[in-house]
Amino acid sequence: MTEPLVELRAVRKVYGEVIAVDNVSLSIERGKFLVLLGPSGSGKTTLLSILGGFTAPTSGQVHIAGEDVTFVPPARRPTVTVFQDYALFPHMTVHDNVAFGLVMRRVARAERRRRVEQALGVVGLEGFGKRRVHQLSGGQRQRVALARAIVVEPDVLLLDEPLGALDLKIRQQMQEELVHLQRELGTTFVHVTHDQDEALNVGDAIAVMNQGRIEDYGPPERVYLRPASLFAATFMGDSNILSGTATADEGTNVRVDTPLGPVVVARRSEGDAQANGAKVHVSIRPEHIRIGPAQGDGVLSLGEATLTEVVFQGAHRRCHARSHGGQVELILRLPPEQVVAVGDTVPIRARAADLVLLND
Amino acid sequence: MAELAKTRHQLGGFPLTRWAVYPALLFTLVFFVAPLAAMLVVSFWQRIEGHLQATWTLANYDKFFTRSYLLDTLFNSIEVTVLTTVVSIVIAYPLAYILAYRVPLRWQKVLLILAVLPFWTAYVVRSYSWLLVLSDNGVLNNVLIGAGLIDAPLKLAYTRAATVLGFVHFFVMLLTLTIYANLVQINPSYRSAAADLGASAMQIFLRVTLPLSIPGVVVGAFLTFVITIGDYITPQILGGSTEILVPQAIMLQVSRAANFPMASVMSMTLMVVVVAVYLLSSRYLKMDRL
Amino acid sequence: MTGSRLRHAPAAAYLVAVLVFIYLPVVILVLFSFQDGILPVPPFQGPSLQWYAKMFSNSRLLDALGNSIAVAVLSSLAATVLGFLAAYGLARHRMRLGGAARFFLMAPIMVSYLIIGMGLLITFNLAGIGKSLVAVGLGHTIINLPLCFAILFSQFGEHHRRIDSAAHDLGASDLQTMIRVTAPMMRPTLFAAFCLSATLSWDEFIIAFLLSRFDVTLPVIIFEMLRAGLTPEVNAAGTMVFAISMSTVLIAASVMLFRRGGK
Repeated sequence: MTEPLVELRAVRKVYGEVIAVDNVSLSIERGKFLVLLGPSGSGKTTLLSILGGFTAPTSGQVHIAGEDVTFVPPARRPTVTVFQDYALFPHMTVHDNVAFGLVMRRVARAERRRRVEQALGVVGLEGFGKRRVHQLSGGQRQRVALARAIVVEPDVLLLDEPLGALDLKIRQQMQEELVHLQRELGTTFVHVTHDQDEALNVGDAIAVMNQGRIEDYGPPERVYLRPASLFAATFMGDSNILSGTATADEGTNVRVDTPLGPVVVARRSEGDAQANGAKVHVSIRPEHIRIGPAQGDGVLSLGEATLTEVVFQGAHRRCHARSHGGQVELILRLPPEQVVAVGDTVPIRARAADLVLLND
Repeated sequence: MAELAKTRHQLGGFPLTRWAVYPALLFTLVFFVAPLAAMLVVSFWQRIEGHLQATWTLANYDKFFTRSYLLDTLFNSIEVTVLTTVVSIVIAYPLAYILAYRVPLRWQKVLLILAVLPFWTAYVVRSYSWLLVLSDNGVLNNVLIGAGLIDAPLKLAYTRAATVLGFVHFFVMLLTLTIYANLVQINPSYRSAAADLGASAMQIFLRVTLPLSIPGVVVGAFLTFVITIGDYITPQILGGSTEILVPQAIMLQVSRAANFPMASVMSMTLMVVVVAVYLLSSRYLKMDRL
Repeated sequence: MTGSRLRHAPAAAYLVAVLVFIYLPVVILVLFSFQDGILPVPPFQGPSLQWYAKMFSNSRLLDALGNSIAVAVLSSLAATVLGFLAAYGLARHRMRLGGAARFFLMAPIMVSYLIIGMGLLITFNLAGIGKSLVAVGLGHTIINLPLCFAILFSQFGEHHRRIDSAAHDLGASDLQTMIRVTAPMMRPTLFAAFCLSATLSWDEFIIAFLLSRFDVTLPVIIFEMLRAGLTPEVNAAGTMVFAISMSTVLIAASVMLFRRGGK
C-alpha cells in the first residue's frame, strides 16, 4: 500500500471556548477524491483551512507528501484552494488570473501561455483568455478558478463549497465535470460541502463531520448503506432509527429487541461485542422497508403500520407511517407503481442485511 | 393607460413624488448654474470708471494671459496644488494601509476617528494654528533653539513650504479616510488567493492591493486638487507676500478694485483647469462614487 | 498573520509619527487658549481662563456665534430637505434623464467654494441684492445640497422599494408614503446628513466672507481678529469652534453607529 499523500494527526483547533476541530486524524491517499461532508459548524471548513495553511492548528500535525507542513504558509505548501466566492482578481483578464501562480513561480512567458491555454482547455474555456471577470457567468467563473488552481499542478486541490452559488442544473453538471477533471489529472481533491447528494455524486471517500469530529469515513456506498454513527445515519439521507436492547451476541450477529419486535442485525466488524442488556440503535433506510408479509430467508417482519401521509415524489412515494408496535413513526420510500393511500394498514418487512447496528 | 390611471386614483392620486426632484434641481439652477453663467458673461465685460459696463470684449482674458505677474499666479497655484496632492497621498496611503491591514479590527475604527478628528477645526483656525507652530517665536523654533540645535529662528512661516504644510495637514486626514474606506472593501479572498498561489507580502501588495485601491486614490486626489487650487485662506495666512496664488489674486480684484470682470476671468480659468483634470481622471470618477 | 514585535515596530512608529503631525497644531491651539499672558506662543504661562472671559464679553463675537448657528441650522435644514426630496424622487421613479439629474445635482462639488461664492456675489450684485446672512445661507445650502443628496440617495435600496410597495398596497398615496413611511425610516441618515452639513457650514469661510457685510459668521470674525494681531483670544475662539464641530460630528457618528448596531 502506498504511503498516504496527506496525513492529519490528532489535529485540534480551539477558538476560545469553541472547539472547531476536535482531535481529527485522517489519511488521504494520492489520487483520491475526498469529500468533507457536514452541516455548518461541523468544522469541515476549518479543517480545509488548516490543510491549506490559512489556519494553524492549536495542536496536532499536518503532513503532505511526507513533510511536516503544519506551520508552513499557503504560498509554500503544495496545495491550492478554490474559494467559495472564487476570488478571481477583478482587475485582471482571465488569462492573467490563471497565469498568476505561474508568474509567482517565475515561469517563462511562452511556457506560461502554453500552460494557461492548456488549463483553460481542460476546463472547457478555450479562447476565454482575453475576457474580463465581470463578463463571465457564475459557472464560467467557477471554471476559471479551477483553471487557476490546476495550472500550477498542486499535490492537493482544496475546494471550499465551490458549487454553492450555482443553479441546480449547472451544479449537477459541474459535479460531473469535477469528477472527470479529477480522474484526468489524478490530483488529490478535498471537497467541502453540506450537500449529501453532492457528496455521493463526486466522492471516492466521504468523511462525515459533526461538531469538529469525523463521525464516519469510507466509500460512499459503505457510508450510506452502513453508517457508523447516529449522526451519519441521519445526516446522509433519511433514516429510521429504532432504539433497542441487545439480548444476545452470536458472533457475527446480534439479537436486539426493538419496538417493532425482535431483530437480528449483523455486528459491525470493528465494533465491540455487545453486552446483554446494552442499549443500542438500529437504523433502516426508508427504501429498505417493504410492504408485505415476511417471506424467505433473511427477511424480518416488522409488524404492521398505518400510513399517515403519502406524497408522490416522481421516482418514489414518500410515506409516513405509524407502526402498531411501540407507536414508532416511520418513513418509507415505496416504488411508484405500488398504490397506497392514507389510512391503509399494511404489514411491513425488511431484509436483515439492510439493518445497521449503530455505534452509539 | 386608462386602466393605469384608474389604479392610481384608487391608490390615492397622482404620484406627486414624481416632482420631488424638481425643487433641488431648480435650486441648483438658480444658485449654481445661473451664477456661473453670470460670471462667464461678466468676464467679457469691463469695469470702467467705477461701473460695470457690458462691453463684450476679450480684453480681460488678454490681460490675464499676457501680464506675467497674473499668469504666474496660475502656475504657482498649479505647482502648489500638485505638490500638495502628491505629498498628501504619499503620507496618507501608508497610514490608511496600516490602519486597514496591520491594526487589529477592534482598534481600526477608533484610530481612524482619532486620526480624522482635527479635520473638524474650522479652516481658518487650522491654518492659524500652524502659524503658532511655524513662526519665528513659534513652538517649533522655540523647541529647536531651546535644545540648542540652532541659534537663530528658522524662517518657516510665510513661505510656500508653510502653505503646502498647511494643506497637507488637512488632506492627509481626508485621504486617509477615503483610501481606508476603499481598502477595507477589497474582498480579503483576493489576498488569500494570491498568497495561496505563492505571492509574498510585497507581491500581494503590488499586484493585487495597490491596483485595486487606485480608484479610491484617484477620487481622493481629485478632491484634494479641486479644494486646494480654489483655497484662499491657507495661502493667505501661511504663504506670506512673496508669492500669490490665484484665489488670493481673485480676492484682491474683488476687495480692492471691485473688478468683477477680472475676478471672473481668473475664476473661469480655474474652472477650466479643474474640468481638464476631471476629464483626465474621469475613468475612475463616477459621480455616484463621490 | 503572526510576526514578532519587531516587525510591527516600523508600522507603529509611522502611525505615531503621523498622529503627532496631525495633532500638533490642534494641541498648541487648545493649550495656548489657556495662556496666562499676551502671546499665544511659548513659553506657556498658565493656565488661565482670561481669554475665554474676554471672548465671551466680546459682543461682536457673540453675535457672530449666533449668526453662525442660525446660518448652519437653516441652511442645513434646507439642504437636507431638498436633498431628501431629490433622492426620493430619483430613487422611486425611473426618469429618462435620471443620470443627468444626478450629475447636475452633484456638480457643485467639483467647483471651489470661492468660485461659487464669486458667482453668487456677482449675481446678487447684478440683481441689486445686497450682501447679507441670507445670501450666506443660500450659498451654504447650495454647497451642502450635493452632499446631502449623495448620502441620502446611497441609502435607498431594494428594501425601501419593497416597503414603499407595501404601503401603497395598503392604500397610502405617494405623498403619504414618503412622509409617513420613508422619511421616518431614514431618520438616522437624515440626522447624519444634517449634522454633516451643519458642521461644514459652521466651519466655512470664503462664501461667508464674500456674501456678508456687517453681520458675519464666526470664521469671518476670527479672520478679522487675526488681521488685528495674534492673541490667545483667537485661540480661545478657535478652540470653541473646534469643540462644537467635533461634538456635532461625534453625536452624528454615534447615532449612525447605534442604529445599525455597529458598522
